Amino acid sequence: MLSYIIRRLIIIIPMALLVVTVTWILIRMAPGSFYSSEKKLPPAVEANIKKKYGLDKPVLQQYGILMGNIIRGDFGDSLKYEGQSVNEIIRRHFPYSATIGILAYLLALAIGLTAGIVAALKQNSAFDYGSMSLAMLGLSVPNFVLGPILVLIFSLWLFWLPPARWGGASSLILPVITLAAIYAAYIARLTRAGMLEVMRSDYIRTARAKGLSEWKVLLKHAVRGGLIPVVSFTGPALAALLAGAVVVEKVFAIPGLGNIFIQSIFNRDEPLTLGIVAFLSILIMVFNLLVDVSYAFLDPRIRYE
Amino acid sequence: MEQQQEVVKGASLWRDAWKRLLKNKLAVFGLAVMIIMVVAVTVGPAIIRWTTGYTYDFIPPDGDLIKSFPPSLQHPMGTDDSGRDILARVLQGGRISLMVGVISTLVSLVVGVSYGATAGYLGGKIDNFMMRVVDIIYAIPYILLVIVLLSAFGGQNAPGWIQSISGALGSGQGLSQIILLFFALGLVSWLTMARVVRGQILSLKNQEFVMAARATGVSTPAIIFRHLVPNALGPVIVYATLTIPSVMLSEAFLSFLGIGVQAPFASWGSLAADGIKNISVFPWQLIFPGVTMALTLFSLNFLGDGLRDALDPQTRKF
Repeated sequence: MLSYIIRRLIIIIPMALLVVTVTWILIRMAPGSFYSSEKKLPPAVEANIKKKYGLDKPVLQQYGILMGNIIRGDFGDSLKYEGQSVNEIIRRHFPYSATIGILAYLLALAIGLTAGIVAALKQNSAFDYGSMSLAMLGLSVPNFVLGPILVLIFSLWLFWLPPARWGGASSLILPVITLAAIYAAYIARLTRAGMLEVMRSDYIRTARAKGLSEWKVLLKHAVRGGLIPVVSFTGPALAALLAGAVVVEKVFAIPGLGNIFIQSIFNRDEPLTLGIVAFLSILIMVFNLLVDVSYAFLDPRIRYE
Repeated sequence: MEQQQEVVKGASLWRDAWKRLLKNKLAVFGLAVMIIMVVAVTVGPAIIRWTTGYTYDFIPPDGDLIKSFPPSLQHPMGTDDSGRDILARVLQGGRISLMVGVISTLVSLVVGVSYGATAGYLGGKIDNFMMRVVDIIYAIPYILLVIVLLSAFGGQNAPGWIQSISGALGSGQGLSQIILLFFALGLVSWLTMARVVRGQILSLKNQEFVMAARATGVSTPAIIFRHLVPNALGPVIVYATLTIPSVMLSEAFLSFLGIGVQAPFASWGSLAADGIKNISVFPWQLIFPGVTMALTLFSLNFLGDGLRDALDPQTRKF
């Protein structure tokens, strides 16, 4: 188990570098650059800018320098936000994304698991149909429609909650609900399907046959197995949530990482884009590793060599 | 006696699936809404134009200070900032939204099926390499890919064939941007399709009919596309149905960011994005396009779920 974890951890670094490389090639493939604007720069000025940022060197040499710096953990300075290093920007904006991301995931888990388990136990009941239709609705309403409609109702008509900006717990409620909706819907569907599958399996029949109470069968055996699809979904979902939900950040004016990332792509802020891509890809791979490890705890049949 | 012999008619996979689909009330609801939606966006704009004279880009000439009116008999969904009829815009925008869904899904279907089938059938090192490529593309934020594709081939840089299509349809750059969007979205959403198809092919390729084909000297491409792919069609159709709403959501997201469908054209996503700016004063500008889009995605998801249960009764439903 331990050697498996170590092997997986070691492979994360080259994989992240590979992702950064592909991203860099993509950025360089797109026409234009961070200094291009409506007006054409005089050739001498352009040459100076290129020299300052090392863009006059051969492409392969530029790539070598870039990779050398990245391996040392130095992503350089942002091209747009003068004098701020990429690491600084990520450190400053990530906590906002992490706060709403984690809260939203916890809320989604609470709602999704409850609804999914109850729906599976009472298959084909009114609750089953009702909650699954609601889940489908959650998957179908885009969050940039849901967010503003919630603002309209709770902030502009009822004056219960602040419409936007960061400050105090009450300002977190609407963004977290908006963000959680789609994940809650997904988790509810996954849980229901997983539980239905497990309830039919042989080991549940065995557990019942040996005379365990229905509650014990459910909590000790069924939930553990039925949760595996939810756990596989958790890795990528949590990474996506932490990476920042661009739409929610935009609608509620939250200074999270998602918007910074999108802006960096628009601004051709190459170091910032590469830094965030590296950060996110490491985050995703670490979460996927955690997910794979937790399978072994949930399902005794899974072993890692 | 003679009659009895006639009754026994082979129920094909497809007829069986169709029967199962019709039993699923939610899927039938989804199918009905989709049929209505397709008819509405196809003939709707012409009907509105004929009865009231409104089109998606008709701006009334009078000089009112406020031009955005709430829903009324004359404008069932109200009017937007410039006084344009929102119903006409929603119907016109639906054409583009639904076209994005269908065409991008077709693009992803072609790429994903060929890629996944090739990797699965060839196997070994080639398969391993091809699937690692998929893993790496997965790790790159798709929004970056779309932005690069749109900016690399957008505007003046559009490939000749895109320009000639939009020229043939009688419109300029706005349309070629939309056509580019179809392909950009298709080219970022084939990855899961490739995995699904590869999995199917892996389980099919060692069966006798493939061996028979190989023994009689059928070429590799013919085995892949004539013998293997048709047998993997069930899961492919199911997954394609579920790709349509997800592509439509991506288009809406891109339009929300301002890089999707550009004015004067509209899609449900871009209409909703415009509406958000005025949410406190003119809420109908967001609500009608948003609800129309949500209803469509809702129906498509139910239809996709129903198709999965009908075509593929063994797979888990989630």
